[in-house]
Amino acid sequence: MKFNGFLALAARDLRLAWRRPVDIWLPVVFFGVAASLFPFGVGPEPQTLRQIGAGVVWVCALLSTMLAIATLYASDYSDGSLEQMLLSGHSMVVLAAAKALVHWMLTGLPLVLAGPLLGLLFDMSSNGIATLTYTLLLGTPVLSLMGSVGAALTLGLRSGGALLLLIVLPLCIPVLIFGAGAVSAIDVAISPAGHLSILGALLLLALVGAPPAAAAALRISVA
Amino acid sequence: MSRHFHFFTFASPPRFYALSGFLIPWLYFVAVLTGLIGLYFGFFVAPTDATQGDAYRIIFIHVPTAWMSMVLYLVMAGWAAVGWAFNARLASMVARALAPTGALFTVLALWTGALWGKPTWGAWWVWDARLTSELILLFLYLGYIALVESIDDTRRADHAGALLALVGAVNVPVIYFSVRWWNTLHQGASISMTAAPKMASTMLTSMLLMTVACWAYAFAIVFVRTRAIVLERERDADWVLALGRSRSGVNV
Repeated sequence: MKFNGFLALAARDLRLAWRRPVDIWLPVVFFGVAASLFPFGVGPEPQTLRQIGAGVVWVCALLSTMLAIATLYASDYSDGSLEQMLLSGHSMVVLAAAKALVHWMLTGLPLVLAGPLLGLLFDMSSNGIATLTYTLLLGTPVLSLMGSVGAALTLGLRSGGALLLLIVLPLCIPVLIFGAGAVSAIDVAISPAGHLSILGALLLLALVGAPPAAAAALRISVA
Repeated sequence: MSRHFHFFTFASPPRFYALSGFLIPWLYFVAVLTGLIGLYFGFFVAPTDATQGDAYRIIFIHVPTAWMSMVLYLVMAGWAAVGWAFNARLASMVARALAPTGALFTVLALWTGALWGKPTWGAWWVWDARLTSELILLFLYLGYIALVESIDDTRRADHAGALLALVGAVNVPVIYFSVRWWNTLHQGASISMTAAPKMASTMLTSMLLMTVACWAYAFAIVFVRTRAIVLERERDADWVLALGRSRSGVNV
């Protein structure tokens, strides 16, 4: 029963997003443009770019995910359907999980696919690019999940976007540290297994902890 | 008026207001007294350190403020959670009052740490685990303050802040154990619950006196701020109106 609800909500959100392609393309285009700004800032020297590449890609991934998350619940909240979902008696945890999953599919997954291209732009080694892709694959869901908690807390507020960034970014810093750190480990010929394990642990923690927290936050914000 | 005290006696704003009004001068007194004695001991009685010379003496401000920054965050999260769980508005008011003081102590810890780091490590700042996690703690405090100040509905603001504070509370053990989990430039723990302290007894005494001073100061200033928040929120209550009318006025 809960799984059917989960699928129904996810399918609804995917269908709604499909009707507005700009919402899908905007984060990944921003990702590409922002990351491409760095060579203009620090100079095109390949040695420098190789060193900062993983960090730049990760910071831009973080910022583009946060760009898209602010409006996660906004459209449902503004037309009253979120309140109806709350009143319906169905599990809000399922709603939060479904929304986070769809957000990741539409924002995080394109970043994972675009990551290798940016890795090439920064002249990273093929091992480095592969590790970067793994870290993005493990880390972007965490960003979507933590962002959904922040989006639920800041629902309907005037200062929305910047406030969301302020409260969610400090919590996402560990993902950034271990994601970029895994690629740095590759560059000094250490196995990235430790970093990837911790990223996996953060993902499990987020999967278990974030949907209930987001559900509680929705009840606080809407009720 | 019943003279029996029970667990929730001082959850009532007027009773808390009266009690805190009585305690604040004493807390300031303790803070100033222990602070003066602690600083005197620290700067004139404690011996010069074998490796760091006299530059180490900033420890008497750095360590107490760092301890307070972590403790105050946990206390803030705790009271905010109590306010959320029991719908106790005074608990949420105390949590809101704690946040700026906690942020201040975090800034002091980071600042005095930088002043210590320059002569001893050669750098104002390094991105090691302890410093980075303490900086994240500052961001968490600022995020909490920003969130509760951005929401106009006080009940929603209190509960949203409680959730945020609880989520961020996981950072405090990370700060504490960072020197054990990572290979950091910041020195490890010199004081533990299970072993003898690795510092001279006069140094330890001074540090503990300064800790008491910071704690008493934190209590005093948080009580002052809470009283202000209580008056603001309960301004339509009879007891506040009576306070405003009385000739003796409001004692801070």
